[in-house]
Amino acid sequence: MQKAPQQGRDVKLSARGVKVFYDDTAAIKGIDLELMDKEVVAFIGPSGCGKSTFLRTLNRMNDTIKGCRVEGEVLLDGEDIYAPSVDVVMLRARVGMVFQKPNPFPKSIYENVAYGPKIHGLARGRGDLDDIVEQSLRRAGLWDEVKDRLNQPGTGLSGGQQQRLCIARAIAVSPEVILMDEPCSALDPIATTKIEELIAELSSQFTIAIVTHSMQQAARVSDRTAYFHLGEVIEVNATEQVFTQPENPLTEAYITGRFG
Amino acid sequence: MTKFILGKHSSSQFSQEMESIRNHLLRMGGLVEKQLGDALEALLNNDSAVAEKVLITEDEVDELEKRIDEECARVLALRQPAAIDLRTILAVSKCVSDLERIGDESAKIAQQSLEQEGELPMSLVGVKHIGHSVKHMLNSALDAFARFDADKAIEAAAHDDEVDTEYQAAMRSLVTLMMEDPRSITRVLNLMWVLRSLERVGDHARNICEQVVYLVKGKDVRHFSVDEMLAAVQNKRHGGEPE
Repeated sequence: MQKAPQQGRDVKLSARGVKVFYDDTAAIKGIDLELMDKEVVAFIGPSGCGKSTFLRTLNRMNDTIKGCRVEGEVLLDGEDIYAPSVDVVMLRARVGMVFQKPNPFPKSIYENVAYGPKIHGLARGRGDLDDIVEQSLRRAGLWDEVKDRLNQPGTGLSGGQQQRLCIARAIAVSPEVILMDEPCSALDPIATTKIEELIAELSSQFTIAIVTHSMQQAARVSDRTAYFHLGEVIEVNATEQVFTQPENPLTEAYITGRFG
Repeated sequence: MTKFILGKHSSSQFSQEMESIRNHLLRMGGLVEKQLGDALEALLNNDSAVAEKVLITEDEVDELEKRIDEECARVLALRQPAAIDLRTILAVSKCVSDLERIGDESAKIAQQSLEQEGELPMSLVGVKHIGHSVKHMLNSALDAFARFDADKAIEAAAHDDEVDTEYQAAMRSLVTLMMEDPRSITRVLNLMWVLRSLERVGDHARNICEQVVYLVKGKDVRHFSVDEMLAAVQNKRHGGEPE
């Protein structure tokens, strides 16, 4: 059951009856979920409950997985992203993704951020590109740490910095939605805090969906929390309510650590 | 009754810690209940030995208060409890203060009974009656806590209004008594302190009831009338879960 969307916000991304099969096994058994514009939604649930699989349906990352089949509709601003006419590369520019492990390209810091805007033709000339790179790194909270070594390889940064570089890379193409798949699971607590603060800042400009195994993280960063259970969304509610007074006994069992 | 008793945590130690907190709170409740009963007995029977017992128990109650608070802080720091566990911790740490205050009020009553010289001249019916009511309230509140029973908690809280009415009536009759016989003023004042203490005990017991409602239903019903409490509880959660 889904709580009425927050007042005054438009639906950005809407999943309707989404089912995902890996060969014959149903990983997602029919999910209806709406992400509002400039909202942070956390997906929580035990391992194997389908939250990452569902996240990947939102920008068609499952296309590349053999034997994976998606049913139902995913609408971005009302348009089906699985329609044959959709250019997947353009789609992923609008719906960006940050992965579990930081995965910068084996290129310089500058190139990592500049790559997307270049292939999408977002910059008119070098000066424009420089601006995009600086703005993206600033918004990712990384600029001050790397401004003097933009030509050094991105892989030479610390894990936390690499993850922020990946976020800078994701926002450089001005996406509308950012999907994050356990973005802090490989980071120490300080780096995690930085990413969480970043999420809070980014939420004023982007719609963010984040999969996390840290319930405290879900509680800290999100506006709403969706609890996934065996391929279904059991409960979606305001985060505060989910963590103090969940509606569903299964949610309660999970967040209080009583899940068998 | 609300089915709130969930299974055990994956971490059995966490379950044990929560169990220990609940048990300690109930033990503290039992002690304070005994204190209140003894204090009334000491006063009504003019029994100084029982009064001493009440004063001695204070230390044990204070010790438990600190211990439970420490346990709560520990769980908050180490387990980051959520939902029912979080509500338990919050409710317990509030109930602990109320229980400790009830212990204090009981000690005050015991102290009064030690200071009174000889028999109290006037009728103690008011004290007896109010004493009985608040004892019953406290007992029901603790029972409701032990059983996760919000309905029982509200029922107990409802008695506080009666206690307040009885308190007003008893105070008025004592004022009349002082006007009729000024020589009784000192002793009547002592009795007024006792009544005041009992009335406070009623308030604290009501606070505990409110915490039980919060614990079970997740609804903050502080400063609500009994009717408002009932309405808040009946306004069921949207989840449509079976009762």
